[in-house]
Amino acid sequence: MTSLLASLQENRDAILKDWTQQLRTTLQRRDLLNVGELESQAAEMLAAILQVGPATKLEEFGAPAWRPVKDLVASLSASRAALGFTPSETALFVLSLKPAIFTQIRGKWGNDGDRLFSEISAADGFLDKLALHTTDSYIHGRDQLIARQQEDMLELSTPVVTLWDGIVALPLIGTLDSARTQVVMESLLQAIVQTSSRYAIIDITGVPTVDTLVAQHLLKTITAARLMGAECILSGIRPQIAQTIVHLGINLQDIVTKAKLADAFRMALEASGRKVVRAERSAPADSAQRAL
Amino acid sequence: MERIPILRIGTYLLVTIQVDMHDQLALTLQTDLTDRIAEVGARGVLIDISALEIVDSYIGRTLANIASMARVLDAATVVVGMQPAVAITLVELGMTLPGIHTAMDVDSGMQFLRRSVRDAEDPDDWRRNSTEE
Repeated sequence: MTSLLASLQENRDAILKDWTQQLRTTLQRRDLLNVGELESQAAEMLAAILQVGPATKLEEFGAPAWRPVKDLVASLSASRAALGFTPSETALFVLSLKPAIFTQIRGKWGNDGDRLFSEISAADGFLDKLALHTTDSYIHGRDQLIARQQEDMLELSTPVVTLWDGIVALPLIGTLDSARTQVVMESLLQAIVQTSSRYAIIDITGVPTVDTLVAQHLLKTITAARLMGAECILSGIRPQIAQTIVHLGINLQDIVTKAKLADAFRMALEASGRKVVRAERSAPADSAQRAL
Repeated sequence: MERIPILRIGTYLLVTIQVDMHDQLALTLQTDLTDRIAEVGARGVLIDISALEIVDSYIGRTLANIASMARVLDAATVVVGMQPAVAITLVELGMTLPGIHTAMDVDSGMQFLRRSVRDAEDPDDWRRNSTEE
């Protein structure tokens, strides 16, 4: 009795032809992947499946012999994800192999009802699992990407810059959540100690929304800095955020707020006994003209 | 018994906490410091906690109490050198030490004390006048 895989091996050319035919009709997103590439991928895939050998059964999807096929599917799905395919489009690539194989099975065991049913259900189950595997690896790749980007963002998002001797600034950009605020708080306080700065400016121009939680975190940071002997100035509060803060009933009475980072910087300079003056120009006519 | 030394510099008192505070030590410091302020008529107290790594709510409250008591005894009080971890802990515990002056280090703390004592004496010199009369 010949096994399904062996019989598929005999008719591989016909199957491939059927499959590519199928792919051509169902192919979406011709802008992302052309027919030639698709066909070569199909051929590679079919070769990998048939290479496994007649000793392995289709039902045993967990068997180590299927590892190369799974790896191929995973890399295929990763490349599709990178191209911008959706998970269902990626899975459809594998699922479209079904009609071709079913045709072969019917041609071979069309008269034997029981055999026909068992072979079709085996092939069906196998291809379903393979298609699910593409979705799994697609999501896995996505998850890794998101995790990496989150880490990058956390590292990039908390630079403490020294504006002047004894004045540091923390320009915040992006949404503040608890984890990020913790990092922000620690790095600001650390920088205050390292530079022994008496003034710290927190600029929230780049923070899209301020809710009660974010405001509470900001207040905590400012209070902690005060406990260490540094004075915090909050700058860059946009009109919408000012409205939100008042509507939420957040009390910013005890905190010095300035409209712009420049104002906060000027205030810190003046508070530390410095003064910003315009350098005198050599040609008075020129400066008069500029003043106009 | 273990004690935290209280050093006198002119009219100022300097307390440097170099060991881990435990409850009894904090209470002893509270008694010692208030006695000492009254004894020498100190005008300013500087509490340096830069070596303090760990605080709990009790120590935090005692520190706040000591600072408030010193102020009641008419001595300007400044707490200097709080570590970031300590500051975060106190804030998380909800102890924001309102009304207590803080400074980065002993140097800026002393500057603050000198300034505040001078400000208090400057306007009419009422204290000196009243003692002379």
